[in-house]
Amino acid sequence: MSLFFLITAAIAIGGTLAAMTRRNPIHCILSLALGLVGVAGVYLALGAQFVGFTQILVYVGAVAILATFALMMTQGHIVSALIEPRRAFSRSSVSGFVTAAGVFSVLGWAAQSYRPLTPSTQQAPAAGAKEVGVALMHTYVLPLEVIGVLLTAALIGAVVIALPSEEERS
Amino acid sequence: MTPLNLFLLLSALLFSIGLAGALTRRNAILVLIGIELMLNAANINLIAFWRFGPNPEALTGVMFAIFSISVAAAEAAVGLAIILAVYRHNKTTNLNQIDTLKG
Repeated sequence: MSLFFLITAAIAIGGTLAAMTRRNPIHCILSLALGLVGVAGVYLALGAQFVGFTQILVYVGAVAILATFALMMTQGHIVSALIEPRRAFSRSSVSGFVTAAGVFSVLGWAAQSYRPLTPSTQQAPAAGAKEVGVALMHTYVLPLEVIGVLLTAALIGAVVIALPSEEERS
Repeated sequence: MTPLNLFLLLSALLFSIGLAGALTRRNAILVLIGIELMLNAANINLIAFWRFGPNPEALTGVMFAIFSISVAAAEAAVGLAIILAVYRHNKTTNLNQIDTLKG
């Protein structure tokens, strides 16, 4: 197993763990950006360059910044209100952790006992921008158009939802 | 333990971290972030099966991951807009206090 994969996997796990456990939401979102960079590194370790760079562009560049903006627009004026109180182990948090641990034990057992039917290809296949672009323009041109329509609808919908209504504006 | 199993284990761990966060955090934005982490874990699975699967020239897993990333981006935009609208209405994003529909 390559050193590159181990480093990126450690970054991904550490960043996401910090993102879900830190009490200050700003720290959470910044650690999330770090963890997503680690996931992008895992994509690169798998030989999917285009997906890795898309991940950095979309998640680190857009989603993390969008979440920061949402946080600033909701509670940004009171910094102390952002930080969650140190919680005792409430019933809901214990049940959440138990559920997640159960899901991980089942998934992990399935993942480590999986044996592929066909021998895996040793040579990493090429998935650079050229191959992905050719596939997008030939085989996957209809899904590409559908995704374009979906993104336009989501953009317009997000603006309409986030706009204040008439009585709130007056 | 083949390389594929390691990638699947990593993805299972990321999914569980995201699930634990989505279930235990009380800030609506952080719950949304937990859901994004779970989507990312699924994407790692798609790419890993593409890389170690029988027919990688077809680029099926890569295409699936790209489309999944764009759907996740759309979902994040709409979700954060909904959180902004809810905040304007309730003046909070704490999920314990947004309980208008609670019976």
